[in-house]
Amino acid sequence: MQCEICGKRPAVVHFTEIVNNKKSEYHVCEKCAEEKGYHVPLVKTKFSVGDLLAGMVDQPGSAEESRVGRVQCPKCGLVYSNFKETGRLGCSECYPTFRAQLRPLLRRIHGSTKHVGKTPIRDAARVALRREVQRLHEQLQKAIEREEFEAAAELRDRIRTMETSGVPPQPEVGAP
Amino acid sequence: MKLEGLSRSLGRWLDGTGPVSDIVLSTRVRLARNLGGVPFTHRAREEQLAMVYSSILSAVRKTPALSQSIALEMRDLSPLDRQFLVERHLISNDLADLSKVRGLLVVPDESISAMVNEEDHLRLQALASGFQLRSAWEAVNTIDDELAQDLDYAFSDELGYLTACPTNVGTGMRASVLIHLPSLVLTKQIGRVLQGITQVGLAVRGFYGEGSQIMGNFFQISNQTTLGQSEKETVDSLERVTKQIIESEQRARDELLKDARVQIEDKVWRAYGALRHSRVISSQEVVNLSSAVRFGVALRIEGLASVQTLNELLVRSQPAHLQIAVGRELEQRERNILRADYVRKLLADGGSFPVANN
Repeated sequence: MQCEICGKRPAVVHFTEIVNNKKSEYHVCEKCAEEKGYHVPLVKTKFSVGDLLAGMVDQPGSAEESRVGRVQCPKCGLVYSNFKETGRLGCSECYPTFRAQLRPLLRRIHGSTKHVGKTPIRDAARVALRREVQRLHEQLQKAIEREEFEAAAELRDRIRTMETSGVPPQPEVGAP
Repeated sequence: MKLEGLSRSLGRWLDGTGPVSDIVLSTRVRLARNLGGVPFTHRAREEQLAMVYSSILSAVRKTPALSQSIALEMRDLSPLDRQFLVERHLISNDLADLSKVRGLLVVPDESISAMVNEEDHLRLQALASGFQLRSAWEAVNTIDDELAQDLDYAFSDELGYLTACPTNVGTGMRASVLIHLPSLVLTKQIGRVLQGITQVGLAVRGFYGEGSQIMGNFFQISNQTTLGQSEKETVDSLERVTKQIIESEQRARDELLKDARVQIEDKVWRAYGALRHSRVISSQEVVNLSSAVRFGVALRIEGLASVQTLNELLVRSQPAHLQIAVGRELEQRERNILRADYVRKLLADGGSFPVANN
């Protein structure tokens, strides 16, 4: 939602005014709210990236700031100064492009710059795993038919390890 | 009307059966995801957004737990329908606001839903009744794993899941509880408690999440950070803090009862009386009065309403819900009369859903 006054920045201050029993709702950005003197509630409800950025990168209007502001993402064309206004990056490539500028910001927001959570289970890895398990199952079946029980036991163990660990197989040398 | 099914049923998260549901209304865990190679929603072209929508829809159809999902494209919905979904906590104002290819996928009991092309391409959420952070996390985590087999998520080893806003990068997870704290408000301890919450890296928001007002003594408490902590650690820490808040609420309640039991009971019963007998009522009044009644239920006062009825009241008395129930748009004046009528009937029947004939 955009600010109803300037129409540029996102609306982060939402309030209801009741005058003579007539209710009106307003959605404005922080800057316009401040300029108009609207009361900003005690509990700040929005984490403002603009606030964090203000006073972080150099002096306003300095040569350094205008240089940094012009850095452009080669993939989506977003320039850094645009991010400073909206608080939104343009694409996943913006992260490596603005890495130097984002690192201190991420540290301020999160107290860290390193992901330690989950990792997506990639399709390719899954498919490779599934295929390999299937191939080993077929070999196992053949081994049993040929009554090669030692080989069968070994295959069975490999399948089990693979299924429980979920790790895709390393390329095998000399596989049939 | 597209929302017929949803408007007749009531999400499982509102059934009041979850743990501590007299204090914690609901638990929500959402994951923000984007597809690699496509600009984030606000920078993407129309056809790219359409491609994102169809990829997510097809991945959802292949996921057994989501195969029954209802798909709603925002463009096909009237403003009233979209407002209904906001009131139901299924979409954000932002999704309802704009006219790009945006959509909602939701399973019939509303326990799992996905917003497509909101700020991020995919916002997957699990919504549960009462206080159950772990199971909500597990539900959304499992589905995220299944979807990742079909969807190529934007991810970096260093920064995790990449999101449009750097405040979500990393786990992309926002876990939250919607908690009712009347005793802490009445005893004026709430300011101190909220300050404590923000000091431990959690955020406090209003009834409808980010940017919304605090009303009816409801507070939404959620994690603020998404980097440097695993999903499990984040959920555990929110759970620990929520337990402490529940304990302070209970302590404050005991103090209140010791000092002013009759006055409290009087407040609860007057609120109940107003709901039970009013002829014209605004939704703000319903929220505030039902907060007092909910407080009475938490105090084990007999003869009030069930938690489920109060939850139902809270959601179904909202403007869009009322208008969809009667099948037409209503002026605010008409709504306030119809709402009073509906609230009286609901409290008299203890839960069944009246549909007006006019």
